[in-house]
Amino acid sequence: MLEIKGLNAWYGESHILHGVDFNVQEGEVVTLLGRNGAGKTTTMKSIMGLVGRREGSVKFRGQELADKMPNQIARAGIAFCPEERGIFGSLSVTENLMLPPIVAPGGLTVDEIYAMFPNLKERARTAHGTRLSGGEQQMLAIGRILRTGAKMLLLDEPTEGLAPVIVQQIGRTIREIKKRGFTVLLVEQNFRFAATVADRHYVMEHGKVVDMIPNRELEANMGKLHDYLGV
Amino acid sequence: MIMIFGIPGPLLFGQLLLGLINGAFYAMLSLGLAVIFGMLNIINFAHGALFMMGAFCSWMLLNYLGIGYFPALILAPLIIGAFGIVLEKTLISRLYKLDHLYGLLLTFGLALVIEGLFRNAYGSSGLPYRIPQVLTGATDLGFMFMPNYRGWVVLCAAVVCFATWAIIEKTSLGATLRAATENAPLVQAFGVNVPRLITLTYGGGIALAAFAGVLAAPIYSVNPNMGTNFINTVFAVVVIGGMGSILGSIVTGFALGVVEGLTKVFYPQASATVVFVVMVIILLTRPRGLFGKAA
Ligand SMILES: Nc1ncnc2c1ncn2[C@@H]1O[C@H](COP(=O)(O)OP(=O)(O)OP(=O)(O)O)[C@@H](O)[C@H]1O
Ligand SMILES: [Mg+2]
Repeated sequence: MLEIKGLNAWYGESHILHGVDFNVQEGEVVTLLGRNGAGKTTTMKSIMGLVGRREGSVKFRGQELADKMPNQIARAGIAFCPEERGIFGSLSVTENLMLPPIVAPGGLTVDEIYAMFPNLKERARTAHGTRLSGGEQQMLAIGRILRTGAKMLLLDEPTEGLAPVIVQQIGRTIREIKKRGFTVLLVEQNFRFAATVADRHYVMEHGKVVDMIPNRELEANMGKLHDYLGV
Repeated sequence: MIMIFGIPGPLLFGQLLLGLINGAFYAMLSLGLAVIFGMLNIINFAHGALFMMGAFCSWMLLNYLGIGYFPALILAPLIIGAFGIVLEKTLISRLYKLDHLYGLLLTFGLALVIEGLFRNAYGSSGLPYRIPQVLTGATDLGFMFMPNYRGWVVLCAAVVCFATWAIIEKTSLGATLRAATENAPLVQAFGVNVPRLITLTYGGGIALAAFAGVLAAPIYSVNPNMGTNFINTVFAVVVIGGMGSILGSIVTGFALGVVEGLTKVFYPQASATVVFVVMVIILLTRPRGLFGKAA
């Protein structure tokens, strides 16, 4: 479904990604693990076309996206939930939810999203999206991209800084959308959480993918993973 | 005769109405500036020149093509808006990656060039544009006579300002605009063609200026400097209302027009400077402007 080859990326003069290679098959949940600054967020932004300059290949359903604009990449069917969540303060909760345009049929309906995140329904009338709690903002950030019909989701650290119950809720959501046929690329610091949702894990170091661990072999590779992540 | 604070009623109301008229133009022009500033992050110094072009456009439509005032009210904003789109596409869009200062310099230069060209072609004495027949005359409001055309201007400005506010605050297009003002890359990553949205926003802001220009044509003589005369005050309005604030520019525009009008009655010597005095006070006490959000 998504195939990344030799991806390089720059912010201005600084060269951040040095030939990233990995792939995600349709229907999989795949994580990018790695220490702070390894280049996980930059990888996601490069897929979306949000870095200053990028080289290499990003193929999605056979279509080359590396030379496309972010709006064209979104229209191809990839949706992005950024690390900082990107909730708009000048938009109401409902406006935030309805903001991303529909790019393909088959997205969730608003009712289905509310069923997944009952809190959002209660807060739907909140006038400023940023008035929501961190957890609610995260639900909104995930919920709004489920509407668009994009079947490939990029979620950048959706559990960062959230209370355990909310982390569990997000875990349930990821398993649920996987069942519905979504494909997910997930950036995580918390590999215990990652183990509960993912099929495979890629490990990034210094702007490269250095290892791939299938989820069922995670236990066996714990020692190696601890070294990679420095935990 | 009714006296209010020792001032004859008709004089007071007359000046209030004049203030309201000026305020209507301040509101329409600063609204366009606010919308453009929000999306493009550019202080559009060419705004006054494009307002002037709106007035000239209606004059040309009438004198070269025989097209009257009411069609011009629609056509001139479309024509000048399209011209704005060409400016954005060919010149302004090249500067987004640079410091704001470049956008300011470019649009300032554009204003000088446009005004210079019109001065060369039409001189600076001003061309007459007559009030359309149906809007001539005056209405007795009981406390004063109101020239119909002036009432029409205030009404049009109020409607256009309200419509613009409603589009931005109440529609999904407006929500997309607000979101792009906050975080354009993310909105683009959702699939919105943000560069096109920016171009259309600039065109829309310019169309507003041109609309104001058509309304102004019968009141002020159509001349190359008419934009410059207004625009200094309009920039003060923008600063007072709060950079980029939609509601702020509308309310402040009308309010400052009225303040100016009242100053003309009570202390005429200060009428030309009162807006700038208010601006200084606001800058000292509330730098983000009356309606501006904290940075
Ligand atoms: N806008 C930017 N300009 C310049 N350098 C940046 C920018 N954003 C990130 N970097 C640098 O790029 C490198 C990779 O950052 P990135 O955000 O991709 O890491 P990450 O793996 O997502 O880390 P974290 O786990 O902290 O989110 C870091 O060294 C960071 O300092
Ligand atoms: Mg990151």
